[in-house]
Amino acid sequence: MNTDLLISVLKRAAQRGATAADGYLVEESHFGASVRMREIETLRHSREQRLSLRVFAGRASAAASTSDLSRESLERVVDEATALAKVTAEDPHAGLPEPSALIERVPDLDLADASDDLSPEEKIEIARRAEAAALESDSRITNSEGAEYSDRRARYAYATSHGFAHDYATTSFGISVAPIASRNGEMQRDYWYSSARKRARLEDPVAVGRTAAARALRRLGARKMKTVEVPVVFDPETAASLVRSIAGAASGPSLYRRASFLLDRLGTKIAAPAVTIVDDALIPAALGSRPFDGEGLATGRTVLVREGVLESYLLDTYSARKLGLQSTHHAGRDGSGVSISTTNLMLLPGKTTPQELIRSVKNGLYVTELIGFGVNGVTGDYSRGAAGQWIENGELAYPVEEVTVAGNLLAMLAAIDGVGDDLVLRDRTVAPTIRIARMVVAGT
Amino acid sequence: MTDLAPSRPESFFSDRFSITSGLMERVLGGNLIGKVDDADIYLEYRINEELVLEEGTVKKASRHVSQGAGVRAQSGTRTGYAHTDEISIKNLEEAARQARAIADRGATSGVLALPTRGRPHDLYTLAEPPIVTDLARKLDLLRRIDAETRAVDTRVKQVIASMTSEEVIMLIATASGWTVGDIRPLTRLSVTAIAEDGGRREIGSYGGGGRVTFDFFLEEGRWRRFAAEAARQAALKLAAVDAPAGEMTVVLGPGWPGILLHEAIGHGLEGDFNRKRTSAFAGRMGQKVASELVTVIDDGTIPNRRGSLNVDDEGTPTGRTVLIENGILTGYMQDRLNARLMDMKPTGNGRRESYAHPPMPRMTNTFMLAGGDDPEEILKSVKRGLYAVTFGGGQVDITNGKFVFSASEAYLVEDGRVTAPVKGATLIGNGPEALTRVSRVGRDLKLDEGVGTCGKDGQSVPVGVGLPTIRIDGITVGGTAV
Repeated sequence: MNTDLLISVLKRAAQRGATAADGYLVEESHFGASVRMREIETLRHSREQRLSLRVFAGRASAAASTSDLSRESLERVVDEATALAKVTAEDPHAGLPEPSALIERVPDLDLADASDDLSPEEKIEIARRAEAAALESDSRITNSEGAEYSDRRARYAYATSHGFAHDYATTSFGISVAPIASRNGEMQRDYWYSSARKRARLEDPVAVGRTAAARALRRLGARKMKTVEVPVVFDPETAASLVRSIAGAASGPSLYRRASFLLDRLGTKIAAPAVTIVDDALIPAALGSRPFDGEGLATGRTVLVREGVLESYLLDTYSARKLGLQSTHHAGRDGSGVSISTTNLMLLPGKTTPQELIRSVKNGLYVTELIGFGVNGVTGDYSRGAAGQWIENGELAYPVEEVTVAGNLLAMLAAIDGVGDDLVLRDRTVAPTIRIARMVVAGT
Repeated sequence: MTDLAPSRPESFFSDRFSITSGLMERVLGGNLIGKVDDADIYLEYRINEELVLEEGTVKKASRHVSQGAGVRAQSGTRTGYAHTDEISIKNLEEAARQARAIADRGATSGVLALPTRGRPHDLYTLAEPPIVTDLARKLDLLRRIDAETRAVDTRVKQVIASMTSEEVIMLIATASGWTVGDIRPLTRLSVTAIAEDGGRREIGSYGGGGRVTFDFFLEEGRWRRFAAEAARQAALKLAAVDAPAGEMTVVLGPGWPGILLHEAIGHGLEGDFNRKRTSAFAGRMGQKVASELVTVIDDGTIPNRRGSLNVDDEGTPTGRTVLIENGILTGYMQDRLNARLMDMKPTGNGRRESYAHPPMPRMTNTFMLAGGDDPEEILKSVKRGLYAVTFGGGQVDITNGKFVFSASEAYLVEDGRVTAPVKGATLIGNGPEALTRVSRVGRDLKLDEGVGTCGKDGQSVPVGVGLPTIRIDGITVGGTAV
């Protein structure tokens, strides 16, 4: 029935003179409960829907979207988009994928939880237990930014004027806790979370709360360091942010704009041999999985980097045509049109334990938090605020804050001389612990 | 595009959705008033247009409509929030029931909502809102920008010019019987240049805007300046050397480097973090948190600025809040909830990204007042340091006060002279301490061009910043040159 609405919108676009069109419809409902200092703080409840439409007038295109699905509103959206397409310029690479490339059978990736919904009280209780576990784990946990439980049910439908029309449903659930540890006037906040497509796969709220508390506590007594050049070990969370930066530089629009440090590097060595990065859309019940991309193309497993060699870019139909390549079926879809989006993006694990990686460092930094936006995707120049633990003679010695870590992403990738065995698919982009041979840590 | 004929918000929502302020008050009265401490109904209709020109052709032309209503009920520290994207009396009733069920889960605090009154400002009534300006004129300007940017420097190989225009119509009815609306135009022009030379590539970006007409970009040669700046920055960075690493004296140029204030102290002075005592500034009211040269203000009432509002998203007229006066912490930015719980006055800083989000205390336009120093003299006073004039984004950890902001155009200062441009580097400091190290304040206060967007708890809102040239005696620069 979701696709019926899309099909009628596409028909109207054709009547208005569109030579081709596609539409995307998202309907979702969301519930969020947050608790702070054991009291309910905010409960949120919402239902939303959004239809986005892309129309082509020959090789010219335009996009429009609306959250108002009344007939008048949809007619207005179609009329505006077709009018807009007629005034924009022709672009020889614009257009839908070839109909023959569209997926025929939509795989069932088990993305929706079929179990009964919990009552609001039960949801609140999950958040309350998670926060209580953090507050009770140590007397130095004195305050909290709160804990949250959330769930989301969504249905995505996609249709094209070629006749493609499919939809699929997903659910997602999350728990997060952000406790504050304090001692002698110093305050440190940290957080931990768990998210999953199936509620039963969420980590125990008590465990999430305790981990969050332990992360905040280990930051107490943080020092600033002297500026040095040392080995740097990134924990899985911060290592994942490096993987996201690589994906950004490997995405089609960055490449055809010549705004990427990975330009002209396909098939060449861009990282140490220990580095293999894979994007896999078909892992059952995983957070990033999807049965087809935002243009109706079959998703699969893409090896982005194999043993240090850049094997593939991340492309949609348009950027692939611009670059004279094939789409890698990474079109994402949001309210404003088509963009590149990864699915389950993973830096594959090595054989070393994270403890061994830390033990291999005589004097260096173990990074557990990065802040700021200091990554230049054009040059790969990298400079971000960091916090973590100082490593002395292979042991975590004391917490460190107010420092930066800096280098160049290509040099950093080449200098990865240790990859941990601790990969856990707990988010859409994940990595194990990694060690970079040398980086500049700036402090006093 | 005639669907936005100028009308008052009240008549817009009553004509289009048959929702009058009387009906909104009835929903509030029937479900919420007297049963919770505070409540409001927020209606919003938003049209957004985005035009992107790349390689001289229109790469993206899109138009998005979103509409919806959010109903909020508060008891004590609890907030119930329900929203719907179908504006109808039935849905408002349903949302009100949901919001109340949420807030009802505990006894009310007995502290009643502060009445909100006061005249809304009139800061951005425009002869022609940017959303209605003819598409052809906008596309033509983008094409001219593309050509101009390439003409500035032959090393510019790629230009991305974009213009976003928006119009938000909002109407809010509060439990205190106060209904107020606002029509908010907003536009932004952005230019990105990518320069290449001998295999080296660099990027430069510039732009501006505000609650202004399309013609704003044509006035005072503004669009040419944006184009020239983007090209100049990209070309300049081709020759940049590695940035220094370590603590040093930093001179910040006027205008956009005011992002320092936004990150170092602004977020830390938002009411919610101080009520919860999770801010590094909690309990420091009346204490010295900056050098006596420093006075910082948040002002939502400056005409046509990106961060300005006639009323905030709770219906409170915006104001001018002195956050730091001659180095002493004097004010927090408040929404209604946190003002009520802290027994303070709302300051007109309750903002939300859209109807889908409950309001929070947020900044508007945050800037430091000018001092008496000559900017040239400030640079001359530095033996060795960094002069940073353009920044990318920033971020702060509210609780420990550590903040970063990333310089995208900066130079070495050697013996009082500005010398080599350096590569981008993140600056990191400690909020309650950084401004105590301000030793010189220039007389050249400048507000930014109108490009800022602030994110907090997943909600983005447009903001402004401003700064005169200042000297900070010691902040860590995250370069690679040891």
